Amino acid sequence: MKLNYSIFLFALFTLLFTSKAGYAAVLPEERVDLMIHSFDGGGVEVSGPALLIRTNVASNTSVFYNYYVDNISSASIDVELGGSAYDEERVEQSVGVDFLNGKTTMNLSYTDSVENDYKANTLSLGISQDFFGDLSTLSMGYSQGIDSVGSRTGNNPMTFSSELSNIKRQNYRIGFSQILTKNSTISLGWETITDEATEQGGSGVTLNNPYRSYSFGTAGVNRSFAQEIYPSTRTSNALSIRGSYFIDTFKSAIHYEYSRFQDSWGIKSNTFAVSYVYPGKNWILDFRYRYYDQGQADFYRDMFDFANQFTFMARDKELSAFTSTSVGVSASYEFAKNGWGWIDKGSLNLSYDVLNIEYDNFRDARESQSDGSLAGVESLYTLEADIIQAYISIWY
Amino acid sequence: MKRLMLVVSVVFIFSGCSSPEPWVKPYERENLSDPVMNIARDPIAAGYHYHVFETRESARGAGAVTGGGCGCN
Repeated sequence: MKLNYSIFLFALFTLLFTSKAGYAAVLPEERVDLMIHSFDGGGVEVSGPALLIRTNVASNTSVFYNYYVDNISSASIDVELGGSAYDEERVEQSVGVDFLNGKTTMNLSYTDSVENDYKANTLSLGISQDFFGDLSTLSMGYSQGIDSVGSRTGNNPMTFSSELSNIKRQNYRIGFSQILTKNSTISLGWETITDEATEQGGSGVTLNNPYRSYSFGTAGVNRSFAQEIYPSTRTSNALSIRGSYFIDTFKSAIHYEYSRFQDSWGIKSNTFAVSYVYPGKNWILDFRYRYYDQGQADFYRDMFDFANQFTFMARDKELSAFTSTSVGVSASYEFAKNGWGWIDKGSLNLSYDVLNIEYDNFRDARESQSDGSLAGVESLYTLEADIIQAYISIWY
Repeated sequence: MKRLMLVVSVVFIFSGCSSPEPWVKPYERENLSDPVMNIARDPIAAGYHYHVFETRESARGAGAVTGGGCGCN
């Protein structure tokens, strides 16, 4: 990873030693979370454990370690069209540190993710500054990641094959948070992300998934498949507005969010989300709703007219036009609220979400596999999934 | 006329308005510091939700989590 670390370290330590002392910013809470998660939908089952530990190592320094596993068993529509069902494992680990000096917080983190056909390493830096009587916070961040894309050989969950593509990713973030009243806050966020892929060994793979295919043929006659052809670069911009409002009467809170996204591939999307958090004596209940819609990429088609019709051609459902909605509820039971031994407090948590995705122009091509007359007129695909999280949190 | 309006505006700004003061005092922030006001109260759960959506949608960025691989086939 070619990073100019000296620039980041200079900026980090300049801010660390020049900002004035204050009392506003605080370090993250010292806590440990242990979770089991499950996603089941669209022929895909993903489950596994996750662990997040955060502790202070000095009065102004907090460190964290995150361990996360996806055990994937996939017989998705993409897999059924292009191969056979498979099992694999993804292991992600992160370490990070937060420095606090007065009203300034700086963070540095590193994430490593490994699958048998995909490796990703990401280094992130961030800084935030409180000002205006601590009613306002300005934050900035930069990340650089290197992804190595391979292709599965056999079904060994942790053996990486030869590299097909190498992707350099850079993230630039800026955010502004403002306390509006004694009951409400609002924040704005902007992030630009650039991807730059380098094809390896004439593989034909850049930013595309090597297992995915585009489709071409004649409606009502036949549908054929060939390896997708993607651009080697992508730039995206995302803007988000989030707000929170405290309801005095019930000591509860409403959170809302709107995000707008667009990228150099012609994809545009909107996200609306709202949640309500209600605390009881020993319980906290969360109710949430999320709506997402996106337009298709310029080079997406469910079925092209013939092979190599355009320079770039894709049929990833993630690049099609679709609408996604999810509804969820979480319940947290708080225990040892007054402390117990070295524990300050704890909570047991259970979360359940239902996800529904309705695709506008991605058809279920499995229907025409045995009957060519259905090519191009198959049913539009839909995905429904159940998402469950169970975790215990302990503060100390 | 435009010049007059500009002068009037400048005079108004510098004579009638002082710089704004923070309007929510530290002792008035009890509600804001309540755990229910934290949109990502449990980071491990918020990170998981972000990952679930990110792998199935094209939108990315301006969220709460960075890094990670694909796990998306």
